[in-house]
Order: sequence, then structure tokens, then C-alpha cells
Amino acid sequence: MGEHRQARWSEDGSSGTEPLLSEKDTTTVSTAESALPDDLTRDSLELPAPSEPELARHYTRLSQMNYSIDSGPYPLGSCTMKYNPTFLEDVAALPQAETHPDRPAESLQGTLQVYDELQNYLARIGGMDAVSLQPPAGAAGEFAGILVARAYHEHNGDGDSRAEVVVPASAHGTNFASAAMAGYDVVELPGAEDGRVDLDALKAAVGEETAALMLTNPNTLGLFERDIEEIARIVHDAGGLLYYDGANLNALLGRARPGDMGFDIMHYNVHKTFATPHGGGGPGAGPIGVVEELAPFLPTPRVREVDDSSAGPEYELFEPEHTVGKVHGAMGNWLVLLKAHAYISRLGDEGLRDASAKAVLNANYLAEQVDYDVPFGPFHHEFVASAGDQDAADVAKRMLDYGVHPPTTKWPEIVPEALMTEPTEAESKRTLDQLAEAFNAVADASDGSLADAPAATAVRRVDQTDAARNPRLSWHALGE
Amino acid sequence: MLDAVGVDDPESLFDIPAPLRFGDTFGIESRSEQEVVREVTGALSRNDSLTEFLGRGHYEHYVPSLVDHLADRSEFLTSYTQYQPEVTQGFLQALFEYQSLLVELTGLPVANCSMYDAATALGEAATLAARVRAVEGSTVLVPSYLRREFREVLENYTAGTDLTVETVGTVDGMVDPETLAAALSEDTAMVYAENPTVEGVVEEHLSEVGTLADEYGALFCLGSDTVALSLLQEPAAVGADVVVGDASVLGLPAAHGMGLGLFACREEFLRQVPGRLVGATKDEDGRRAYTLTLQTREQHIRRERATSNICTNQAWVALRAAIHAASLGPGGVLSLAEQCHRRAETLAERLDAIDGVEAPVRDCHHFREFKMRVDPDAQRVAATLRGRGLAVHPLDADELQVCVTEANEHRTDDLVSAVEGVLG
Repeated sequence: MGEHRQARWSEDGSSGTEPLLSEKDTTTVSTAESALPDDLTRDSLELPAPSEPELARHYTRLSQMNYSIDSGPYPLGSCTMKYNPTFLEDVAALPQAETHPDRPAESLQGTLQVYDELQNYLARIGGMDAVSLQPPAGAAGEFAGILVARAYHEHNGDGDSRAEVVVPASAHGTNFASAAMAGYDVVELPGAEDGRVDLDALKAAVGEETAALMLTNPNTLGLFERDIEEIARIVHDAGGLLYYDGANLNALLGRARPGDMGFDIMHYNVHKTFATPHGGGGPGAGPIGVVEELAPFLPTPRVREVDDSSAGPEYELFEPEHTVGKVHGAMGNWLVLLKAHAYISRLGDEGLRDASAKAVLNANYLAEQVDYDVPFGPFHHEFVASAGDQDAADVAKRMLDYGVHPPTTKWPEIVPEALMTEPTEAESKRTLDQLAEAFNAVADASDGSLADAPAATAVRRVDQTDAARNPRLSWHALGE
Repeated sequence: MLDAVGVDDPESLFDIPAPLRFGDTFGIESRSEQEVVREVTGALSRNDSLTEFLGRGHYEHYVPSLVDHLADRSEFLTSYTQYQPEVTQGFLQALFEYQSLLVELTGLPVANCSMYDAATALGEAATLAARVRAVEGSTVLVPSYLRREFREVLENYTAGTDLTVETVGTVDGMVDPETLAAALSEDTAMVYAENPTVEGVVEEHLSEVGTLADEYGALFCLGSDTVALSLLQEPAAVGADVVVGDASVLGLPAAHGMGLGLFACREEFLRQVPGRLVGATKDEDGRRAYTLTLQTREQHIRRERATSNICTNQAWVALRAAIHAASLGPGGVLSLAEQCHRRAETLAERLDAIDGVEAPVRDCHHFREFKMRVDPDAQRVAATLRGRGLAVHPLDADELQVCVTEANEHRTDDLVSAVEGVLG
């Protein structure tokens, strides 16, 4: 691998990198001139006041000290961090997209058309009967989905008795948190030795108290739960619902659908499976899909097409009969939904199928190329390698020196020193080979102590313990 | 690649039992990039072209071009959550600066990196109250002006706790200390108020609300936004324990209600805060560095005992809000806030001069928006205005709400004459 070096501003080791805006220049202004009475206003406000070029340079420098998918590959397992076409940003910037959410439906037919089409796209892709676009992220979708499950059980008169949600040990942490937020006791389901759901453990875990089982398929080890029909039967026989965590849907597009597998509720991470750049942590969007029986419980409002007039289809908002209400103050993260709509339209059936084929092929190819032990298999879109005697966190730091982003580390815990890797459909063979080279150079460990890494980054190893022990969360707390 | 994996066809890599194989199509045709842009533009063009005098919690301010150009730098836009701080110092510092902005605006020492929107931030404040309350109380008191949508979100967030939401009556659009005192009890876990309120009213009794909440060991949660906070009473000074609201009023244009929930609180709740926090620290060479911190609160470590389930958040919107604030500077933000007050009062006066209009309905100070009473009915007035390309909120039989900012000010003459036209 060639020499790599991330941008760093200010070489003065003692003073840090790019100064804070507050260290360049701050100004204090008084509110004395305000037309409001003094007792209704604050006294003063102190904030940075950089000139426009200073501001442009500040944020340009910060951007240069930031890794992104446009800088290099990002094989973060379960995060699905892939390259997205840039034209989606232009679509989201269309002035006609900028509307207030309280406009009456008749003046928003264009926006509602996009909502309706996206609802239909997602329903078909997931094998679901009805979709609500409202949840503003995947975890918000989980929460909304579990609220729907709870409303359904309450409607059937066993809301009180069904107090448990079953979650596999290897599931995303959000599943546990979302179920708890909705007021459920979480029952952890241990995995089988082959990394999949243990059917005996499942039978023991579900019963009259089960409201739902939350599952992702393929699971976080990249393994397809081949017994999914049996799993669905066990959960349904116990009167529970089956919830699909859509984080790994990339692996199945056009090949299998959660609805056909027996799932009753699912969320779509449209920012992962379809498209939106992650923006350093968000926004995303987490629509939920449900089977017909659960449609009356979906969050309000939903969109539907009303009778076709001569001028073309018309759309209206409506409130499902037993709606759980709202999980977002408006209609969710509209601009993200708009990008997902455009992305799905661009790819179509063929493109979506092709994306899955590449995601799966890329994962299996990279799994073959890395020198670390890769247990289980065959894989779908991601695999989990074990760093063995090495500390997975150190492996990650050394990989940074090769100019690539490392995989997700130390999770799921079923694999010791886990390196959870998801190359995504976007990467070429050449890039996968470079990634493998980085993995293997680190595995070989002939280039020095891993504990010293990284060296080529804007800063060296960051002291996270100190950050947690002595929290300094704003420039007001720095006192330097 | 197929050889390396040992298969002839990628299809054989799909480990899916035959009965579950999807044999159909979705019926979605692939289109070129150009076609998609044309189609989406065509669809969205069906939206009526309206100048919106709409607010009620969702506001539009002009976003300087610089914000788009800097935030759209792909190193920001296409990066992930900062799990590897050594290569993500740029975004971490930007989020640290965003947190600092909120600390300055609220006077509270802890602010997180973002919530989804104001409504979900309010929901998170209530669940925080459920965890940290000093008393056994389980009631969340909300003012009667709370938006229905926010109330529904709050009820969904509290449904998994033993909290129940109750409404307190208000007087002339404001929380009334006497009414509140009568509603407060040992059972109160949290009291919520807004400043400005969803009706645009500047609250006048916040210090008393803070004192009353304190007497009963209840948390005082104040809802606001980043522009209003630059001018109105500092939340810390009126005894607020938590501040929630909308930070996207700086940074994001009207995006059909997509938002940025702000969340700030007192130091003692630090380990109970929902969402992500960025902290300052040092690297191995002693350089200042930033990192996500206190992650033991978060769901990827703490699972069902996490302080919230939030994972993907609104970080990029927070970046935009910080750039917008910095580009205005304190003088610019304050001036914007003052105009939010002056514009509303001026427009209300002009409308009030029309026969059949009373504006504002509330006899108090306003910020961005106000209620007006009209004769004849409000629905008909709103529909007629819409026909002239102007959107206002019809509230009930005879009340409308109007919101004015620099985004729609150029059409206030049209609004005034249109209202005159309807009633004349």
C-alpha cells in the first residue's frame, strides 16, 4: 500500500489542530436595544463572529480532517456505508420540495405523489401490505413498529399479558432499546453454535407473554436464517408478531422478501438500503411496513391515492382507524425519503437485484481474501472476521494508517475480537483488493506495534477514557 | 471474483431456501438519471406555488448560500458516525462547536449532538424526567397550547414509562402561575412550557414557572428555538432544567417539517442524556482532540438500559445550523430575532386596521407569529387567500394564525390587501 497521510491543520503539537471558532474571534452583543421589555429578554449573547472567508476556511479545513465515502471505502459492518449517486442531492434541493408540513393536501399533490409512490415501492420490495413513512431513522422505525405491535395486542385484549419482546443476543443494540422504550421487558435469545437462531431456545423463550420477536435476516453475522419459516410458525403459534429489522435488507433485494418469510412488521433503513449520504450521523429515515391486519394501527397521517380524476391521480392524507398516533412532529425526514424515491426509480427492478448480487459477491470475495479467521458462512452482505490474538480496536487503528476505514469492531460478541465487515455493492474489485491488502498487512503485524497506531491521521490515538472521566462538552468547559 | 469465491454464478451465493425465493418483479422500471430528475421535478411541480405565512413550530428563515456550499462538502456529507475519532476530527469539532452554541444560547452546560425534531426532543425530555425525578411523581404537565402532533409524540414516548400527560389551562395564551400552582402536586414529574409558544406568544411568567416546578421537585422543560433563544430570557436564568425545541430554524429551509431537535440540560443529568455527545480530550501527542463520549449511555453498549434508542440522528443538520449561526455572528442572530418580534407586531397592526379583523388576538408580545380573528369564517378566508397564492393557518371557526419572517416579508402587502379584499 502506498504512503497515506490525512490532512492536519496547525503542525504545532501543543496547540492542537484547527482552532475552535471561539478561539479565533468572539463578540458579545447586548440586547438592550430590543423592543421587548428587559425582563423578557436575556442580557447579552456571546458567539464567534468570523468573516465569510474565515468561515469558509474553517469548515474547509475541518472537512479535510474528515474521512468520508468520497475519501475511501467504509466497510462498517451493519452500517451499510456505501457510495450514493450525487444527483440525489440535486433532487433534494429542488425548490418545489421546500414546503411547510401544514399546507392543505390539495396544495401539496406533488409531495404526496412522491410519498404515495415511495409507500408503494417499499411495500412491494418488502412484501408488505401497507407502509408509513413517518419514522425519521431506523431506530425510530423500530420504536414505531413495536408501538404498532403493542396497539394490536391491546386491541385484541391481551395488551397486559403480552409484556415481553424477544431479541437475539446478536441483534442491533437499537432493538433492545426500542423494545424497552415501548415499555416491554426484553428477553434475550442466545444464538446457536452455527451463529443462527437456536430453535429450541426460541421455543423456550416465546409463549403467552410474547408480544414480538425482533429479528434481522440475514443476521449480523451475514448469515441467512434458513429456518425462518419455522421461526415464524413458532412465534405465530404463541400469538406473537414477527418484526423484521431492515438494516440488512441490501442482501435480499429482489431475491426474498420479509413479508413472504412470515414477518408482520418491518422497518426500512432507506438511507442504507436505498440512498442518502449519512451526513456524519444522520439524517436517515425509517419507514415501517406491515401486513394487512396491522395497517389500521400505523402512525398517522398516511397518504393514499383517491379516485383518478381526468387530471391524473389525486392524493389525500388519512388517519388509520386505530392509529398509534405520531412518532415525529411532522411527516418524517422528507428530504431523505425523496432521495430514496429517486434512487429506487433510477435503479428499478434490475438495478436493485444487481445491487444485492454485488453486495453479496463483494462480501464473499473479501472474506476469501483476508488472512484473518472468518468463521461461519456462507455469507450474505457482510462477514465477521476474528482478529484472534490481536486487539480488534488496535487492528482498526492500524487500518486507518492505510487510508481505509476499518470495519466495525468487537461486535457481535459471538466472534472473539470481531471485525465486522460489509464492503457494500458499491466497491470495485480493485478497491476490495486494496482493503484486503490493508487487512493482511495488519494481520501480518510486521510493520510495528499496533498499539502505536494510528500515525498518519490528523491526530494520534485519542484518549477516550479521559474524555469520559472529565467531560468537556463545549468550549465553555475548556478553560484553556 | 467468482472463481475466488468458488461459484459460477452470484445467484448460488444466496443461501435462501427455495420456497422463499422471490420469483416475481416489483414492476419498477429503471430510468436514467436525467429521466428521474425530470420525473421528480414534474411530480413536485404539482405542488401549488404558495407564499407560506405558516409557522406553528415549523419556520423558514433564509439560509445563506455559504451554508449549502460548506455543508455539502462531500467529506462532511458522505461520512459516517465518528466511531474512529482519529480520522473524523473535522466533524467532531463541528459538532462540539454546535454543542457550544446551544450551551451559550440556553445557559445550560450540557447539549447533545441532535435529536430528530422538537417533538421527539420533548418526548426524550419526559423520559429523562422519568429517570431522574427526585419525587415519586408521574405526571407531565403540558400547556393547553401544545400542538396536537407534539402531544401525540410525547404520549408515545411516555407510553413505555409510568408517566401520564395532563393538560394545564392557560390564560391569554400563556402559562398562568396560579392555574399551574393548582395543577402541581407531589405527583408532578415535569412541567413543560414554550417560549415563544406555538401561537407566537412571548411567555411572561417563566421564572415563576421555574420556581413552582422546583418547589414540587418537578423538572422544568422549556421549548424554544435557536433564533428565539438569542433574544428571549435565558432558560438557565428562569430555572429551566431541560431545553428542547427546534435548532433547524438556522440551517435548514422549510423541508416539509424535517427538523433538528435541540436538547440541553443541567450538568447533574449528564449521564442520563439521550443521544450522542462530543467531548474534548487529548491525543497521544498531547494535541487537543475530540471524540464521541459517555457512550456507555448508548444503545450499542447498554442495549435495553440505554438512555434512548437514537442511533442515526440529525448530525448533518446540526452542522448546517452551526455554520448558519457562525455566518450570522451574534449580532446577526440577535438582529434576526429582533426582526421576528418587530415584523410580527407590524403585520398584526396592519391587519388589525382592516374592518372585521382583530390582530393579534392575544394582548401580549409576539415572536414571528400571532393569531387573528376574522369575520366571516376563517376557513373561507384561508381558502380565498390560497387562491391568491398565500397560505395561512385556519385554526377554528373564526381564528387564523399568521407567521412572518424574512422569507415571506416581501409579500406582506399582498397578504394585507388580500385580507382586505375578502372582508370588503
